[in-house]
Amino acid sequence: MGQEIRILSPCGMLGYGFPEESFRRGMEHQVHAVVVDAGSTDGGPHKLGAGVPIVSRRAYKKDLEIILGACLPRNVPVIIGSAGGSGARPHVEWTLEIIGEILRELGTTAKIAVIRADFTQEQVLDALRQGKIVPLSPNIPPLTEQAVRETASIVGQMGHEPVVKALEAGSDIIVCGRSYDPSPFAAVGLLHGKDPGLSYHLGKILECGALCAEPATTKDCILGTIADDHFTVRALSDCRACTPISVAAHTFYEKDHPYLLQGPGFVLDLERCEFTEPEPGIVRVSGSRYLPQDKTYVKLEGARLTAYRTFVIAGIRDPILLGKLEEVEAAVAGQTKRYYPEIDERDYEIRFLNYGMNAVLGEREFEPFRGHEVGVLFEVTAKTQELASSICATLRSTFLHYGYEGRKSTAGNLAFPFAPSDIEFGPVYEFSIYHLMEWRADDFPIEYRLGGVRGGEAG
Amino acid sequence: MAKLGDIARVIRSKNAGPFEITLDCLFDNREHYERVKRSNAITRETIARLYRIREDQVHRIVFYDQALGFKVTIARDASSGSAGDRDVYGAQQHAPLMNLDVTTEEGGGAP
Repeated sequence: MGQEIRILSPCGMLGYGFPEESFRRGMEHQVHAVVVDAGSTDGGPHKLGAGVPIVSRRAYKKDLEIILGACLPRNVPVIIGSAGGSGARPHVEWTLEIIGEILRELGTTAKIAVIRADFTQEQVLDALRQGKIVPLSPNIPPLTEQAVRETASIVGQMGHEPVVKALEAGSDIIVCGRSYDPSPFAAVGLLHGKDPGLSYHLGKILECGALCAEPATTKDCILGTIADDHFTVRALSDCRACTPISVAAHTFYEKDHPYLLQGPGFVLDLERCEFTEPEPGIVRVSGSRYLPQDKTYVKLEGARLTAYRTFVIAGIRDPILLGKLEEVEAAVAGQTKRYYPEIDERDYEIRFLNYGMNAVLGEREFEPFRGHEVGVLFEVTAKTQELASSICATLRSTFLHYGYEGRKSTAGNLAFPFAPSDIEFGPVYEFSIYHLMEWRADDFPIEYRLGGVRGGEAG
Repeated sequence: MAKLGDIARVIRSKNAGPFEITLDCLFDNREHYERVKRSNAITRETIARLYRIREDQVHRIVFYDQALGFKVTIARDASSGSAGDRDVYGAQQHAPLMNLDVTTEEGGGAP
């Protein structure tokens, strides 16, 4: 029987925090690597488009200080997946700058591998012209040259291959750009010759922290151990435990299919997995199958700026207005548009979200409105910030004073919580690229540098 | 009448990537899971009706026995976080599913 490989995942998102006690307990198991995912597209396209992180610098640094402080003296490699959230160049640089600061404060140095996941417009256009790009789901339009040219920030999700290479090079810290979430975890098992199905299935579980335990949380640690024909997972805090069902159900989370997972170059098939509990709180998993595909496709993500937004939040308590709210809103929008005949109506959009009525489900709302108060959020998105703000100001003053049929409250229709009432939001982005591109799995550039040198950045 | 929301341990919704929303329904015992699975209440047609979408916008319905749960994945109207989206994480789109009647002939009513 081969050596068992142990991987510690501190939390589901670097900067979400974790109990230090759980982490210390995990480190007592002589782990082969600490791997932490920092990425997500859940918060929408803004982070990638604007080049900003998901979590605060303070929280990111606080988590990294604990991890690096424990791992570097023990020569345990640390791998960060999808650094900085979106894993594009600004997010990776932000991560490196924070690591540099921690290393200098610890008075130590570290060999850092940086794996880039950025793609240029030209690279994507070449692939597009060669017919190597396909949409990810049927409701995503085929990619166009125009969409690529309008997309300033493009990343592709790396698999395990470059991470294995960086581990083989003896890196202390590996900072990955955008990664397929399980890949940085799978790389550890694969480096040690473990089964790819088990390595990836364990990676899929570990990347969310203790979300596979009961009670579930992304803000606690989890330990994974890979043997030759199975792996085990266990929670590291007394207040939660893994069960066969909690671990089996984990693959439901934010995936389109519960047991078929598409990764770069493979499909992970978990249909025939067995989940047992050989010891209380330790769940054993076997039967995870890695099915290699003929071609490797990486998932591309790109965000483009589509508009600028200005919005207003206000409360409405008047029962007569609430009785005809949507009708009044349509009239207010119409009057606003008529006030600006010189502006092309295609240059802006007006929307109302009536919280308390149907803001969350929109046309899918099935409950009739029964409330006595509604929070209305109205927004204008437009080609420029100036245009959005001008139209929103007209929309607001029109709504405030609009004389609808049957009105008794002739002094004003809206209760603003704040002054000023109009809030400039800035740019709005959309995922303009969410496609698969045929690409070589090992073709993600790796740079090596020494971090923590006096007076330098992270290298 | 037995509503799915009364029987399931977990009913939730979440983005599965920015262009799809996935609805998860998990049970705390095999009897409830099997009863709902056998009821044949979870179909493209019922999901399309509940969510007021076309059947081809229901991308997947899959039961997973080991996890005592099923998953439904549907198309988003607006991609996550784009202008016109209502729910960036897709985390509050499960309410229509809670209302689904899953009464079975054998069960007669609420289990």
